Parts: sequence; structure tokens; C-alpha cells
Amino acid sequence: MIGADLAILTPEIVLSLFAMAGLMAAVYTSKDGLAPALTWGTALLFVIMAFYIGITGEGSRTAFDGMFVEDSFSRFAKVTILLSAAAILAISQDYMSKAGLLRFEFPMLIVLAVVGMMLMVSAGDMLALYMGLELQSLALYVVASLRRDSVRSTEAGLKYFVLGALSSGLLLYGVSLTYGYTGTTQFAGIIAASGGEMSLGLLFGLVFILAGMAFKVSAAPFHMWTPDVYEGSPTPVTALFATAPKVAAMALFARVVHDAFGGVVGDWQQVVAFLSVISMFLGAIAAIGQTDIKRLMAYSSISHMGFALMGLAAGTAVGVEAMLIYMAIYVAMNIGTFAFILTMERDGRHVTDISSLGAFASKEPGKAMAILVLMFSLAGVPPLLGFFGKYAVLTAAVDAEMIWLAVAGVIASVIGAFYYIRIVYLMYFGEERKGLDGRMGLATYVGLIAMALVIGLGWVPGINLFGIEGPAEIAAAMLTR
Amino acid sequence: MEQILLFAPLVGALICGFSWRLIGQQAACVVATLFLALSCLLSWIIFLTFDPDAHANGYYTESVMTWIQSGTLFTDWAIRIDRLTAIMLIVITTVSALVHLYSFGYMAHDENFKEGESYRPRFFAYLSFFTFAMLMLVTADNLLQLFFGWEGVGVASYLLIGFYYRKPSAGAAAMKAFIVNRVGDFGFLLGIFAIFWMTDSIQFDVILPMGAELAEMSITFLGMELDAANTIAFLLFIGAMGKSAQLLLHTWLPDAMEGPTPVSALIHAATMVTAGVFLVCRMSPIIEYAPVAGNFIVIVGAVTAFFAATVGLVQNDIKRVIAYSTCSQLGYMFVAAGVGVYSVAMFHLLTHAFFKAMLFLGAGSVIHAMHHEQDMRNYGGLRKKIPYTFWAMMLGTLAITGVGIPLLYLGFPVGFAGFVSKDAVIESAFAFGPGLGEFAFWMLVISALFTSFYSWRLMFLTFYGEARGNKHTHDHAHESPKTMLVPLGVLAVGAVFAGMVWYGPFFGHTDSVARFFGVPYAEEGHGEEHADEGHGEEAMAEVAGAAEEAVAGTGAADEAETGAAEEAATEMAAADEGTGAEEEHAEAAAGEEAHAMDEAGDHGEAHYVFTGAPGEGAIHHAPDNHVLNDAHSVPVWVKLAPFFAMLIGFATAYLFYIANPSIPGRLAAQQRPLYNFLLNKWYFDEIYDFLFVRPARRLGRFLWKGGDGAVIDGGINGLAMGIVPFFTRNLNRLQSGYIFHYAFAMVLGIVILITWMTLSAG
Repeated sequence: MIGADLAILTPEIVLSLFAMAGLMAAVYTSKDGLAPALTWGTALLFVIMAFYIGITGEGSRTAFDGMFVEDSFSRFAKVTILLSAAAILAISQDYMSKAGLLRFEFPMLIVLAVVGMMLMVSAGDMLALYMGLELQSLALYVVASLRRDSVRSTEAGLKYFVLGALSSGLLLYGVSLTYGYTGTTQFAGIIAASGGEMSLGLLFGLVFILAGMAFKVSAAPFHMWTPDVYEGSPTPVTALFATAPKVAAMALFARVVHDAFGGVVGDWQQVVAFLSVISMFLGAIAAIGQTDIKRLMAYSSISHMGFALMGLAAGTAVGVEAMLIYMAIYVAMNIGTFAFILTMERDGRHVTDISSLGAFASKEPGKAMAILVLMFSLAGVPPLLGFFGKYAVLTAAVDAEMIWLAVAGVIASVIGAFYYIRIVYLMYFGEERKGLDGRMGLATYVGLIAMALVIGLGWVPGINLFGIEGPAEIAAAMLTR
Repeated sequence: MEQILLFAPLVGALICGFSWRLIGQQAACVVATLFLALSCLLSWIIFLTFDPDAHANGYYTESVMTWIQSGTLFTDWAIRIDRLTAIMLIVITTVSALVHLYSFGYMAHDENFKEGESYRPRFFAYLSFFTFAMLMLVTADNLLQLFFGWEGVGVASYLLIGFYYRKPSAGAAAMKAFIVNRVGDFGFLLGIFAIFWMTDSIQFDVILPMGAELAEMSITFLGMELDAANTIAFLLFIGAMGKSAQLLLHTWLPDAMEGPTPVSALIHAATMVTAGVFLVCRMSPIIEYAPVAGNFIVIVGAVTAFFAATVGLVQNDIKRVIAYSTCSQLGYMFVAAGVGVYSVAMFHLLTHAFFKAMLFLGAGSVIHAMHHEQDMRNYGGLRKKIPYTFWAMMLGTLAITGVGIPLLYLGFPVGFAGFVSKDAVIESAFAFGPGLGEFAFWMLVISALFTSFYSWRLMFLTFYGEARGNKHTHDHAHESPKTMLVPLGVLAVGAVFAGMVWYGPFFGHTDSVARFFGVPYAEEGHGEEHADEGHGEEAMAEVAGAAEEAVAGTGAADEAETGAAEEAATEMAAADEGTGAEEEHAEAAAGEEAHAMDEAGDHGEAHYVFTGAPGEGAIHHAPDNHVLNDAHSVPVWVKLAPFFAMLIGFATAYLFYIANPSIPGRLAAQQRPLYNFLLNKWYFDEIYDFLFVRPARRLGRFLWKGGDGAVIDGGINGLAMGIVPFFTRNLNRLQSGYIFHYAFAMVLGIVILITWMTLSAG
């Protein structure tokens, strides 16, 4: 019996073993000298695993008495997580070696974080959820302070750790309340016990669990850590924070509200809608005052999480599908953008102030065009993919008769467009000053251009968002059945 | 074939306008011209081979594609060919093709553009586009498509009036034309809405047969009960007034002369401005049942004819004289349409297109020769310098003033085109009856006198007398190139013969008109009052006999006395609407027989009446509409009146400008107020400026500065630059960097959520 269970967990087990083996190998051989090989090897393994999961996975299976669920929803999330993590590894290699940060622990920590994420999205039990969440978080706390001689980096790691501990506390409190009122930690049991009238204690538990997860997706008002951690962490880590963990946390969010609390949609719908509106507006408004592009991307991600939560707030299969599509597009846009941010350099030093982009287009028209596409897409300008993501979640909200939410989303989107377009404005019409002079490595260049092409051409009839709609629909149907 | 005809100009315009860089300027212009020539050829084929009897109700439609399907509104892009369309087709494509050709010469060099600047392909593309829009207008089988063409020609007109975009006056004239037309278009649109409201359709084949029913309906609007037919007809006519520059909405037409002269010839003389007349004729089944609106059309047309003719008397710009002349002639057409003889309106439209286009092109040739001098006071003695142009202008003047041999009838009246058609209009006006008919008649006769005067004045000032103005210009005056003279020659043929050739179908006996337009007709049962007038009783009896035979032949009637046969004929006329082809055939046989007899006997007799129901045939006459018949039997003095008016006008002009050129100056000094009144076009522009333009400007300025600038911009800017940054500052202040602040925010969030959930759950 245990054999069958383990078979279901094959990808997670392979990745865990790889992490341990990698650590051992590096420690006993040339230590950091092995780091480049490990980085590329990890990225390759991620891609292989993504294909393995995407192609072989079929149907819905559970392991360890329902603790672990392997279904089309988790597969969609896992493929997205693995591919985005692989892309982040690929584009960070250059930066890490230049900054002297290319340590062999880095790829291994990311592998462990990814394993945690995969466990999160497959969780069928509150405890499995917590295990995955902590595995992911602990790994990420460490990578946030990877530049251990930098005050800002260590500050970022510490802040993330303390606040993350607080959020874990909230989550656990919610879990114990839930357990207390339903007598089980299994999602299937909770949904059976919570059906119909919901007791106040269980409601408290739900709110605490939601708050804990809102911290992970950095939804307002649990977002405060995001700008500081984004700014302080080494840029590749920031890029990682903005992508894979967000997908994992959002998928976890969807799984908990639908699998565990699917019977009381009306109750959590209000909370999620509230988080969504606050996040969209806060992200849009606060970003306007930023001068650092990493902080700007932090607020940008808060705002985008608000939009993704809008899809979730709809409480329907269409909403979940919209959320999944939105996250996939969001990840693609962020990989492209961070591929560029990683190479922002002046006189050999990494810079992140927005004003250094002045008149960038006159020097690098091709790259500037790619950034233009990405920024317009982030702002939601049709016909770029970002528009279709927003369109999907807005449609879901309208279909669920949450017109006010959709209207608020549109207004927030208008406000948010300002700072994306400001970057474009600076690049094309800004003052010429001593700007960026760094050269782009192959991987980052490919990352930027490929993502710009994906975003710029994904709408073309025949490409149709690269066919992610189909899997997303199946995944959503699986979750909300 | 119809589709090729329709879309050839569009294809030409697109090729010429967008690919001239590829194929070269000259080639582009040639392509546009060739496509139009093709269109023109096909138009003539359709016009000459079109047989209304071959199609049900005298028209056929060819669907291009489904356009709009929304609720009960269903509209195709479709081409409707009937006699009205066929007439318009030849007018449009012939004049357009000739104007294209003419433009090769006229637009060869233009000092309004810089050296090396390319403007000709643009010009040709606009011309071709205009032609396409105009064709769309006349081939429409529903009101929306017609409106599409209507607006399309408006746009083309706007673009072409403002073609010399460096001249501020051209830009202003273009805007004026567009804006004044907006007023008319608004009425037109309301008319379309009203029709759709009443009949639930905008398809001609649905709405036209409902003309009589519309007269029974009423529109309730703002508590007022309005007669549907009259209201609709009135609103549609408002649109026609704008497009056809009728009084009150005429001010744009003289200013439109800012455009290049070929444009004036094509758009502002021959085609676009006649769209209003076409519209009224097209909607004749509704106009016929709207007597009030019909009378209004007569009044507006007559007053416009008079007003424009008076203004034309004193204008000095050669093109403005012709522009007012156009305005005046359009008034003639509306009078004809208003009194109910739509065929005559179309007749004058056709002949006018030929001679007016020629006058414009001739004027263009003069202007070309005189290096873009347009003031006639600087012309004089050009007869020898530009002989071909002179003779062309002479033919045009003879045509417009209506030179012909009165009372001579060889199966058709003998005279220039304008003579035949203008007399037809004037006689019809008289035949409309005492009161309004006589008023219109006298207005038109006086206008004819003025027309003759200003036309001859133009001729005398330009071609006779001493050379005035810049001597250098006169010395270098030269005849225009062949490309400009050939169109003049072709149009001259039309100006001379069009009236005589097409007299029968347009203003002949009822039967020939009816056959031409595809309207069912039948023999009229003569009342006693006709017999009293002594119009060939014998012939009448014979006709009645022939009809009786025809009836007997179909087995529908029995033998009867002559008087009874007349009754039978009447019955047959009444029954005709529902009879089969067999009976109609017999009727036609009878008709032909009667026609032959008529021609043998004295002319002017009419023994037929239109019997078509609304929607049958291209035009419609109500059962009580006898104007066409009566027009043939007006007193002799009425027939002679326009001729003498013409003579007086000519004599006066001769006296003023040849015999004693000092008279005009003295007269003007003596009658200073009247002269200024006319010179300033009755002060219409000044009144409009005071009444509409300045208040509109003030309102616009207020809404711009106060409404848009202060309220909207201020609001948006306040939001974008005041409120949002305020929040941004505060949010960024909250982001203090202190971990306990962050934790506090999270706890606060939890508290809010818990409180909210507890309250809402409780």
C-alpha cells in the first residue's frame, strides 16, 4: 500500500532526493564551483518534471488516506510552478555569478521550496497544507537573506521570517479552530461537517486560515512585508518571490476555499472580495510613488493578486479558470520583466532606480520595445495577453453578479496603468542622462524577448493563449465539482 | 454588371489614392479615369436596355450582402435598378467621367501647391470616391443605404471643397458646407426614424407601397397629433433642402466654389446637389399623399429659384454667378416635384446636369486661360483668344436661358435642352392650379427673365467688349488643352439635344411617360367638362372605341354604346390594379393605337391616367393628380411667357453690357440699397452669423472653457493629481519599515475581517 502512495508522490520524492544528493555532492567536492552545473541541472530537472507531470498525469488520485491529492488542478499548478522556477533559475545565473552570490545552496534551496509548493497545491489535509507551506517558507526565508553581508538583505530575510511566523501562527490557529468545530483536519471531512449552517467558531477558523494564506499571496492588508522584502532581497530572489510562490499560494487558496469550504461559498466570498478590492487599489495607488523598480514590482504584484482573487471571489468554476489563466499570464509577464531588471546595470553596478531608464529606447530600441509590450500587458492594454487575463476575471465577476467588484477592478486598473505607462514614457520620452550600460547575457535576453513575444502574440487567432484555456478549464472543473 | 458599375469607382479611388507611389502619379490618375469610363459605359447600357415592363413593379434588385439584422430592422446591401436610378446613373457617371478627363488638364499645374508636391492622385481619388458614394445613394434599395451614400457624398464634398487646404477660405467653406448639411441631415434622419416607426421597415419595397396608408396614420409627438405622411415628407424634404441648397439652407453652395472648378461642375452642379430632387422623386409615393408638404416644397422651390436668380444678377465672380444659377435651377426642379410631375423634375435634372456642367467646365477653361482670375470685371474680349471655350459657353448659355422655337411641335418641341425642360416645369407649375400654382408660375417666369439676364451678362462681360484688368494676363490668355475641350464638346451635344430627344418619355403623353417609368396606366374616362373645352371629341370617341375592342378581346366586357364604353374604360382602369398580364397586354395595345391616333391628330391631348398603386413603377401619381395632363393644355400665353422672359432678359443684358455699358454703374449708384441687398445675397450670411454662428460659438466657448476645461479636466486632474497622490503619500508613509507596524496592520486586518464576518453572520 505504501508503495502505491509513494508512486503518486514520485516527482516530489525525486526532487527531494536530488536536493539532498546535490548538497552532499557539492559539500564533498568543489563546493561553490559546482554551483553553475547545479543551477542548470536543477532548471533542467524542473522542466523534465513539468513535462512528466503534464504528460503522464491523469485522473485524480489520493495518497496517504487523502492527505495528498494528485488531480488536474494540482498538475496545472505544479507545471506552472516548475516552469517558472526553471525560468527564474536560468535568468538569474548571470546575475548571481557577477554578484558573487553563486553558491551551491541557492539552487538546492529553491528545489526544496519548490517541493514545498508542490506539496501545498496537492494538500488534501490541513496538516499536509501546513507542512508544505512551512517547507516552502523556510527555504524562502533563507534565500531572501542570501547576501548575508548586506544589511538590507538580512533585514529582508528577518522581516519575512518574523511576519511569516506570525502568519503561520494565524493559519495554525485557524486550523485548530476548524479542527475543534469539525473534528477533522481533512478537507473532505471539513466540507461534510461545515455544510449548511456554519458555526461562529468555524467562521473564525475560516477567517484565520484565509488571513494566513492572504499573507502568502501578499494580499492587502497582509501585504506589508512585500515591498521591503522585494527591495532588500537579491534580485533573482525577488524574481522568484514574484512568480512560483505566488502561483502556489494562490492555488492553495483556491483549493482550501473550494475543497474544504466549498459548501459555504457565500461566507468566504465576502472575505475574498474584500481582500481583492483592497489589494487592487492599494497596489495601484501606492505604486505611483515608487522610485525603485523592485518596490514598484512589489506593489504591482499586490495589485495583480487582487485581480486573481477577483476570479476566486466569483466562487464559480469560471472564476477558478479565470484565476488560473490570470496567474499563468502574470507569471509570464513577470519573468520577462525581471529578466530585464536583472540586467539593469550602470558602471558595472546593479541599479534599480526607475529614472535610470530615461531615453533607454534611443539606445536599445529592441529591448525597449519588449519592455513596452510587457508594461502595456501588465497594465492590461488590448490585444496583449494581460488584457485577456483581466478580461477573464472581470467576466467571471460579472457572471457571478458581483458587478461592483468588476467596476472597482476596472477603476483600479485605470489607476494602475499610470505607473506602467510612466516606465514606457521614461524609456521613450524621458530625459537623456547617464543611463544603463550593462550587457545582457544570452539567457536573460532570450527570457525577455521570448516572454515579450508570448505576451505580444498570444492573442493571435490560432495561438489562442497557447491553449492554456483548456487545461485551466479542466483544472477548475476538477476543483469545483 | 450592376456590381461592377457600382464598385469600379471605389476600386479606382483606392488604387489611385493608395498606390500612386507604386505606379506613378499619371498612371494612378489614368487608372481612376478608366474605371470611371467603364462605369459610365455600363450605365449607358443599363439606361438604354432597361425595360421596366420586364420586371415586377418596374424595378429589380440585386443583393450584395446582408448588412444589418437587429430586431425588426433588416437591411441588405442591395442594388435597386429602376428608371429613376438609371437616369441618375447616366448623369453621374457621364459627368464624372468627363470631369475626370477634364481634370487632367485643369489640375496639371496648381499654384496652391508647392513645386514637386503631389496632389493630383489625391484629387482623382476623391473624385472617384465621390462618384462611388453618389452611385451608392442612387442605387440604394433602402433608406439606410441611401443615407450612407448621402453622407459619403457629403464627406467627399467636404474634402474637395477644402482641397486647397492652405487657403483658409477653402477650409472655412468646407466646414460651412458640412455643417449646414448637418442641419438638413438631421431632418432626414428624423424622417427615416419616423418611417421606421410607422412602417417598421426602411426597405423601399415595403415603405413605398404604404404611401396611401401613411396618410391615414398619425404620429404622436410631445402631445401633438401629426399627420404621418405630411410629417415624414416634410422631414425628408428638410434633408433634401440641405443637400440641394434650397432657401434657408443654401448658404454653403456659393462658398463651395472655393473648391477646384471640376469639383464645382461635378458635385455642385450636376450630381450631389440634385440628390435632394432625387430623394423627393424616390419618395414620391409618400409625397403624393402629403399635400401640405408638397405645397411647402413648391413654395420653397419657387422662392429659391427667384431669390438665387436675383442674387445672380449682381455677382462678379464667374463661378458664383453659375453657383447661384444652380441654386435657382434646383428650385425649378423642386417646383416640378412639388406639384407632382416627378418626371419633369427628373427631366430638368437631366438636362441641367449637361448644360450646367458644361457652363462650369467652360468657366474653368476661362479661369485656366486667365491664370486663375475669377472676377468677370477683369475679363472682356476673350472671344477671339479662346474660341472653343467661347462656343461651348455660348451653347450652354443658349441652353440655360431656354432658347427654342415656341409652339413648333414636331413630335417634340424644338429648342435647346433648357428650353424644353424649363418650359415643362413652368407649364406644370401653371397647371397646378390657381393660387399656389400661379404664384409658382410667376416666380419661375421672373426667374427665367433674370436667368437670361445674368447668363448673357456673364457672356458679354467675359467674351465681348474691351479687355479689362491685367494686360499681361490677357496677352497670355490661351486656349485650354484637348483634355479640357473634349468634355466640353460631349456635354455640348447633351446641352443641345437632350431636351428634344427625351421630351417624350419625360414630358410627353401620360402613356409614354408611364411606359418609361414603368408605371401602370390606363385610358381616362372623359368627364363632360373636357368635352366642353372642345379637345378633339372625335378622337376621344375613337379611343373609347379602341378601348372597347380591347376589352371585348379579353372577354371582360360586353358590347356597349360609346358612352357606356367610356364607363367601361373607367371601370377597367379601376380594375387594372388587380388584373392579370393578359388584360394589361390588351390595354397596352389599345394605348399604342390611341397614341398613334394622337400623333396624327392635334397634339397636347392626353387621354391616359396613371393607375399605378404606390410602389408600382419608379414614380407615383395619386389618382387625383392630373397636373401632367393639364400641363399640356395650358393657354398659349403661358407657353410663350418663358420665351418672352428670355428675350427681355437678353435684350436688357445687351443694352447694359454691349450697347451702353455705363447703365449698370449708374443704376447701381441710383439704387444703392437694392444693389447692396442683392450683392450681399439678401444678407443671409450676416443674419445667420448673428442668429446661429455667434451664439453657437459663445456656447461652444463656454462649454470648452467652463464645461470641459474647468469641470471635466479639473475633475480628472484633481482626481489624478490631488486625491490619488494624497493616498499614495499616506500609503507610503504607512510603509514605515518597522516590523511592529506591519504586524499591527495584519492584526488590524484580522480584527476587521472577524468583526465584519461576525456581524454579517449574526
